[in-house]
Amino acid sequence: MFNKDNWFEIFDTIRKNKLRTFLSGFTVALGIFIFIILFGFGNGLSNTFQKFFNDDNVNTIFIFPGTTNNPFKGYESGRRIKFDNSDLKTITDNFDNYLESITPRINDNATVKYKDKSNNYSIRAVSPSHQYNEMTIMMKGRFLHEDDITHKKRHAVIGRLVAEDLFNNENPIGKYIDGGGHSWKVVGVFQDDGGDREERIIYIPYTSLQKIKKNTDEIDQIILSYKPEIGYEGAVEFEQKLEKFLKNRKDIDPRDRGGIYIRNVADNLKANQQFASVLQLIISFIGIGTLIAGIIGISNIMVFVVKERTKELGIRKAIGASPRSIIAMILQEAIFITTLSGYFGLIAGIATLSLIGDTLEKDYFITNPYIDISTAIGATIILILFGALAGYIPARRAAKIKPIVALRDE
Amino acid sequence: MIKITDLHKSYQMGKNVLHVLKGINFTVNEGELVAIMGSSGSGKSTLLNIIGMLDVADKGTYTLDNIPIKNLDETKAAKYRNQFLGFIFQSFNLIKYKTALENIALPLYYQGKKREERQIKALEYLEKVGLKNWASHLPSELSGGQKQRVAIARAMVTKPKVLLADELTGALDSKTSAEVMALIQKINKEGKTILVVTHEEDIAMMCKRIVHLKDGIIIEDKIITQMPASAHV
Repeated sequence: MFNKDNWFEIFDTIRKNKLRTFLSGFTVALGIFIFIILFGFGNGLSNTFQKFFNDDNVNTIFIFPGTTNNPFKGYESGRRIKFDNSDLKTITDNFDNYLESITPRINDNATVKYKDKSNNYSIRAVSPSHQYNEMTIMMKGRFLHEDDITHKKRHAVIGRLVAEDLFNNENPIGKYIDGGGHSWKVVGVFQDDGGDREERIIYIPYTSLQKIKKNTDEIDQIILSYKPEIGYEGAVEFEQKLEKFLKNRKDIDPRDRGGIYIRNVADNLKANQQFASVLQLIISFIGIGTLIAGIIGISNIMVFVVKERTKELGIRKAIGASPRSIIAMILQEAIFITTLSGYFGLIAGIATLSLIGDTLEKDYFITNPYIDISTAIGATIILILFGALAGYIPARRAAKIKPIVALRDE
Repeated sequence: MIKITDLHKSYQMGKNVLHVLKGINFTVNEGELVAIMGSSGSGKSTLLNIIGMLDVADKGTYTLDNIPIKNLDETKAAKYRNQFLGFIFQSFNLIKYKTALENIALPLYYQGKKREERQIKALEYLEKVGLKNWASHLPSELSGGQKQRVAIARAMVTKPKVLLADELTGALDSKTSAEVMALIQKINKEGKTILVVTHEEDIAMMCKRIVHLKDGIIIEDKIITQMPASAHV
């Protein structure tokens, strides 16, 4: 195997049979290349998925008011439930053990103007801890402060795309934008992994919005985060207690499925992980399929190669090649070619994936396509092994043929 | 050198058994140049193949230079072929992607000889057959006669005990045939034992002894006066 002279002989054969070498090498390289690309795209898809659904922090609970289904305590069914500032305070007072932070959210939208540019944007009136729940990342300036809330300041934190739309290259910090007939000072610019939609949002203090809306104290939803140390079990318990507490407070039938909706991100996460693992399964299936196609390809070529060389092998046997040396020659040649071209396919595939990078994110939902280097190498080794096996079977048969049969003139 | 007694060989042809060799007794001494003649189907090629260990007999004994040739597995047969025998075929059987020199060196490769040694020896034999200037040519760039001379050099390079030629002039015109036979006679003169299978009378006449086969048995075995091949050139 490691005899220098054997390798000389093999390199010589390879050099002088370029088409054959190219065909088998190309099959393996292509097989590995496609495998890596598909697998990488699969992973990219799964990345997009993770990013999309893990936009919110895990220990977050969303509470939405709804419409009751059952009549209760003298109220008719179909009653709209509303939250206000007092709900925030009672939750804070009653669930201190569980609670880490709490924020209201009032959804609105408004035409926002800066100089000659204007556009319609979603407005979210919140308090500072909202930054944690939504995993909002600050690019410039700051998020809202408690001070903004207590003094009902007209401060705004704008999304990256809002800044792009309205300010072009100008630095938005400290500038005043016009929204709903009022002027707001931009104190920060943020980005969000949740996608473009999440970056076309403007955050303002909820108290400021309430003041503009004739001093109402209504809020649209409550977002809170629980202490991570209570764990998933604790979160479920918290969720149940919270639901009971709020239904009691708002006079809703405890069996009523409407009225109040609570969404626990941790619950979603579990379902999402299941979906992600199904996705992973599909990806693996595609990968294995590609690999099998590659194996069949290289097997065909090996059978063809040995068939084509039958006469040559007969000559070699007649002048003294042992069956073993015939098999060794074919195998060494096959392994050498497949290893080399497999390596090329591997490098080409990985290079292509890193070249593609995030360019497909927007249109094809493929984020950061990648492949585990161990998976890629494993696949290459499998292809090499099967290539060798596919060469071994016809080689053994060829080595067994009597030279007189192999040399017979056609 | 070669001693064969009561050699039988038959082939299964569908449902029929074809009895090709029906008890051959045959001895060749060192330095002989023997022509094995016969019409097609007489069993002459089968006999050569058995002597060449490319095929095995059903019955009978075969000794080569006092070594009994029996129960050969493929590996052992390959080793014996490489050490004791040199083959020359009608269709030359050169490896088409190797140069003349590389083709000649190949048997030495299977003997485990070093690369440099192989080169030197192959070149030496190439010179012997008069093709020194054609060393780096592929078989496709050589004429039939040249190809056969390369094949002869390849057969000779391992210094075999016996040279076996199967219709070596079958693919050549008569002038080239005579040239090749002149080379064979020259090699024989140097002491090599050579067996030539042929169905051509004039080729046989250039040997020293003619063994006539018909229907699987030897019907005639005579020493003749050798015709110098150079007379035909």
